[in-house]
Amino acid sequence: MKFLSAVLKEIWGLFVDDGNLALQVLILIGTLAIAVKRGGLSPLWGGGFLLVGCLAILAVSLSRRVQR
Amino acid sequence: MTATALASTVTASFLASFVEVVEAFTIVLAVALTRSWRPALAGTAAALALLAILVLIFGPLLGLIPLAVLQFTIGTLLILFGMRWLRKAILRASGFIALHDEAAAFAQETDALRLQARDKRADWLAGLAAFKAVLLEGAEVVFIVIATGAAHGATLYAGLGALGAVVVVLAIGALVHRPLSQVPENTLKFVVGLLLTAFGIFWTGEGLGAAWPGADLAILVLFAILAAFSLAAVVLLRVACARSEAAQ
Repeated sequence: MKFLSAVLKEIWGLFVDDGNLALQVLILIGTLAIAVKRGGLSPLWGGGFLLVGCLAILAVSLSRRVQR
Repeated sequence: MTATALASTVTASFLASFVEVVEAFTIVLAVALTRSWRPALAGTAAALALLAILVLIFGPLLGLIPLAVLQFTIGTLLILFGMRWLRKAILRASGFIALHDEAAAFAQETDALRLQARDKRADWLAGLAAFKAVLLEGAEVVFIVIATGAAHGATLYAGLGALGAVVVVLAIGALVHRPLSQVPENTLKFVVGLLLTAFGIFWTGEGLGAAWPGADLAILVLFAILAAFSLAAVVLLRVACARSEAAQ
């Protein structure tokens, strides 16, 4: 059981290191998906906003880590 | 598939798998040299068998998922996976966290195995350490192969890239017979973080329905933008690191 939980923890860790960064990325992608599918945003603009959003989230995460 | 897509898929798969295989190799070698090759190879074989079973069970299911959903899901996971690597790589390159050291990882594993040497289950525990390392790093390799290949029907090429990484690491490992600490792992991780994040943004965008200008060439443009941003971040953070050290 202990081994299994260690394995699951490591698999979780593959995708999530900074929890805030992961959550913000998921919110960004979810928001853009809704904006494209329901709000009439052009998919290409959605892709562009995704790039800019990811860079902004990364910058915030780095800045938070540095200030710690 | 274009030559750009093929080259970027094989390169991403090879480099990312290379880093993972080096890490697994370090643990397996530590088990082999501290205990013996028997538990090291038994643990490795058991992990590879389990991975093969999982791939055989779940692999065909990927074909049932609509392409746009597959691209969107894989793209999202790739962004999470790639940005985690990229963030760590930037912090390492700027001096905020220590560089990954394969020799230190090897020493840590051999110390832990030596502490267990008198345990009756020492061989079992050593085999379990090899099993866990190969299973986890192997699961990452399987994810990388699927993530870089499945969304545009290039799983075979991505798999060949990963296989190439295994062959190269084993060949070097057989020659030097010690941890591959000379491999520029941190630089590789930086490049892999950039590649996986670029792939992730590209696939998620395609999953949203975006027709990227230049088609597959857009992956290289995304890579270049991410690289420019990350290198600028490293420069800025190095200055901040130097200032904070000077202030202390």
